[in-house]
Amino acid sequence: MKAKWFLLSIFFTLSLILSGCDNSLLVFDPKGPQAKTLSDTIIFSIIMMAGILLVVYILFTFMLVKYRASKMDDSYEPPHEEGSKWLEITWTIIPIIIVIVLSVVTVRTTSEVESKPVAYANDKPLVIYASSSNWKWHFSYPEEGIETVNYVNIPEDRPVEFRLYSFGPITSFWIPQLAGQKYAMSDMVTKINLAAEIPGSYIGKNSNFNGKDFAHMEFETQVMTEKDYEKWVEEVKETAPALTESEFDELIEPSVLGRKTYSSTHLEFSPAPEGEHAGHHHGNSDEETDSSHHMDMDMEDHK
Amino acid sequence: MKWDEFFVTGEPMIYAAMVSIVLVSVAIVGSLTYFKKWGYLWRNWLTTVDHKKIGVMYIIAALLMLFRGGVDALLMRAQTAVPENGLLDGQHYNEIFTTHGIIMILFMAMPFIIGLMNVVIPLQIGARDVAFPRLNAVSFWLFFFGAMLLNLSFVIGGSPDAGWSAYFPLASTEFSPTVGNNYYSLSLQIAGIGTLMTGINFLVTILKMRAPGMTLMKMPMFTWSILITSVIIIFAFPVLTVALALMMLDRQFGTQFFAMQNGGMDMLWANLFWVWGHPEVYIVILPAFGIYSEIISTFARKNLYGYKSMVVSMVAISLLSFLVWVHHFYTMGHGVMVNSVFSITTMAIAVPTGVKIFNWLFTLRKGKISFTSPMLYALAFIPIFTIGGVTGVMLAMASADYQYHNTMFLVAHFHYVLIPGTVFAVIAGYHYWFPKVFGFRLNEKLAKWAFWFIAISFNVTFFPLFILGLNGMTRRMYTYSASTGYGPLNMLSMVGAVGLTIGFLLLVYNIYWSTRYAKRDTTGDPWDGRSLEWSTPSPVPEYNFAKTPVVTKLDAFWFSKKENTSLTEGEYEPIHMPNNNGQPFIMGVAFFFFGFFMVFSWWIPAIIAGLVVLGAMAYRTFEKDHGHHIPVDEIERTEKALRGEQS
Repeated sequence: MKAKWFLLSIFFTLSLILSGCDNSLLVFDPKGPQAKTLSDTIIFSIIMMAGILLVVYILFTFMLVKYRASKMDDSYEPPHEEGSKWLEITWTIIPIIIVIVLSVVTVRTTSEVESKPVAYANDKPLVIYASSSNWKWHFSYPEEGIETVNYVNIPEDRPVEFRLYSFGPITSFWIPQLAGQKYAMSDMVTKINLAAEIPGSYIGKNSNFNGKDFAHMEFETQVMTEKDYEKWVEEVKETAPALTESEFDELIEPSVLGRKTYSSTHLEFSPAPEGEHAGHHHGNSDEETDSSHHMDMDMEDHK
Repeated sequence: MKWDEFFVTGEPMIYAAMVSIVLVSVAIVGSLTYFKKWGYLWRNWLTTVDHKKIGVMYIIAALLMLFRGGVDALLMRAQTAVPENGLLDGQHYNEIFTTHGIIMILFMAMPFIIGLMNVVIPLQIGARDVAFPRLNAVSFWLFFFGAMLLNLSFVIGGSPDAGWSAYFPLASTEFSPTVGNNYYSLSLQIAGIGTLMTGINFLVTILKMRAPGMTLMKMPMFTWSILITSVIIIFAFPVLTVALALMMLDRQFGTQFFAMQNGGMDMLWANLFWVWGHPEVYIVILPAFGIYSEIISTFARKNLYGYKSMVVSMVAISLLSFLVWVHHFYTMGHGVMVNSVFSITTMAIAVPTGVKIFNWLFTLRKGKISFTSPMLYALAFIPIFTIGGVTGVMLAMASADYQYHNTMFLVAHFHYVLIPGTVFAVIAGYHYWFPKVFGFRLNEKLAKWAFWFIAISFNVTFFPLFILGLNGMTRRMYTYSASTGYGPLNMLSMVGAVGLTIGFLLLVYNIYWSTRYAKRDTTGDPWDGRSLEWSTPSPVPEYNFAKTPVVTKLDAFWFSKKENTSLTEGEYEPIHMPNNNGQPFIMGVAFFFFGFFMVFSWWIPAIIAGLVVLGAMAYRTFEKDHGHHIPVDEIERTEKALRGEQS
């Protein structure tokens, strides 16, 4: 029986996914508050949807089993039915209620993951510019004055603000276990707020197709204790070479690279497209011109 | 330009493709000449304005494109079946998933649906052709040559490689220097103009040419779905036309609409593309809903439950379809406010869609369900599509989408919507209306074997992708390392893809088998149908209805059978029919060459081909062609021959 087969497979897979919370699937294995919020939201929606599927599958199986021609009398002639006002209203209203519930959850969680993690509201965030070029990621720490390629180290239990932009095609910056993704574009700066609570190494990637070696555009996110992080920054400052403009120009040429570390950032000679450097100046220059400001305004509205 | 830049070189698979293209062309030309069929081909097909033949040509082209897109899909699954596979390199994989997307949506799903609506709509509303038969032929040839142009890119010049959504700046000449994306902008443009004209044609046909007595609320549900689809086409396709024109200007004439500097906006392309692209998915799904409504009601032997709410929900879906495009890029970084609004509009679509699902379920209630091959697809649609639907709601939640965006979860979702939605529907419709066009049914046993292969393999292929997506596997990756753990589920998906292939091969083999051995249907009504198309003899004569039927209620033909009344009255009268003409075909050829020369920026030949196009239009403007009349005695003779012992 087809429907039963589906039902079983759905049930089986759902239990597989849900049991994955403590071991496997990346999205259900969060290591920080933002990813945790998203994981909870997703599990909540899966449970809601499983309920809907169950109703449809039960009705479907019932109809198929009960009203098959082979079980019917030859003389049976189905009745003419225009419909039923009350039934039709019922299956309009119930989905509307479900959509309202999901909408409330969506608005609340979207606003939550777009802002600084609640638990760290009073901490000063570590700002890291993450810019992409084909097919690598550049991480600039403006306050520390250091820059890395294809890996990023962050301290645990401290809010981190990634500011994203691109030196080429649109990319999408994603560390599944720490936060949801966001686009990096060439003409504006977007932001991701996150915090990591468990030291370890997490995969980060570009999820938006950007040409030939897209599949290799991954980086490692190393979450360290505050002490180890400070030590690493000091070490870089002492041992790594400075990043020159000509070396940076070479870096952003299309290629697949390993890791690199520098004791200065490209922001000094090639600033991010924000503020006066943004790609779009609509009308006079006093206007807000970059999207991160727009975003801040939106967030103010929701506080 | 050197020859080795012109032809795609250095790839054994492409050389094989070139050889096979040449061989097939030689075989076709040779056999046409040998069997002296050139005249037949020209008179009966290339110049036809008959909606049924145009419909058949659309469906043949769609099946060919299904084959091409399917091979692309198989290659993709084979490449990713094991980690670090070397079957394809990055560039080829990128070209293949790009053409897979373009072909499956624009050159398979769309023409299959347009083919079915061409065959069925005039018959369902009791008309003798569409409102503008000549324009209909132009639509077909523009689609056909647009599709051929895109397919040519495979061997000449290189395929587009920036994804079917061709996001800028990736699709700009800076990052996609081959002519691949020129093919994209020009072939879609040519085919798109054809589609736009189809939309206009069917809107007018349905509004103006219904049989006497068939008010809007007495139209069959498939006709309703096409009416609404036509309106969506008319509003959505001009956006694509503009977007593609800007793309062409950017790539070939040095403008900077979507450029990274000088005030260009890359996301402007994404917005324009999805302002068209989201309504586009409803263009391919609403007709599917119409087909299922017909089939479920026919094989449950019951009228459609909640007809009015079915119509209202389709109208609601069509309006909402224009208000949700931003959900394709929640991750662009607009604020909470924008994302929330579009989340809610997107989820709202689930409400009318849910209403439809329940109405179908309640059409089955108290019915007498027979499990014919079209009905099997329609029934399988309900549970499988619902998975696609609920995952769609999950994706609609902006916050959660930050974790699904661009992953295999998304890929699984839209295949769960498009395959049981559109593909199952067109296959079901193809089995259902096949006897109407050809006068015999496809073999049920083979059809059911194909169905089970397709329905089960579909789930084996695509369900694992949901899990891969939640495990962080992004779409469009040509390779991955073994340490990611993505290997086993991708292998499972490959197994499913092989099963799907077997299913589709059975489907095609069934055409051959049934053509040779199937019993001819003499009734014209093999399924005990409900709407007007089943009142005509099969195959349907050129003029469709010898006498125009008069309709008094929904499912008029069903009630005329029940109550033993006649749908027609009066005597035969001479029938006015349009003449065949070669101008649409010639214009299509000229458009093809225009597009081809434009792709390579060969301006002089392009201008000449463009002038031929304009000349063909001018010819039509001044042409005096008032069609012809079929005399009464010829109608009588044809009807007698077709109805045979019946009359």
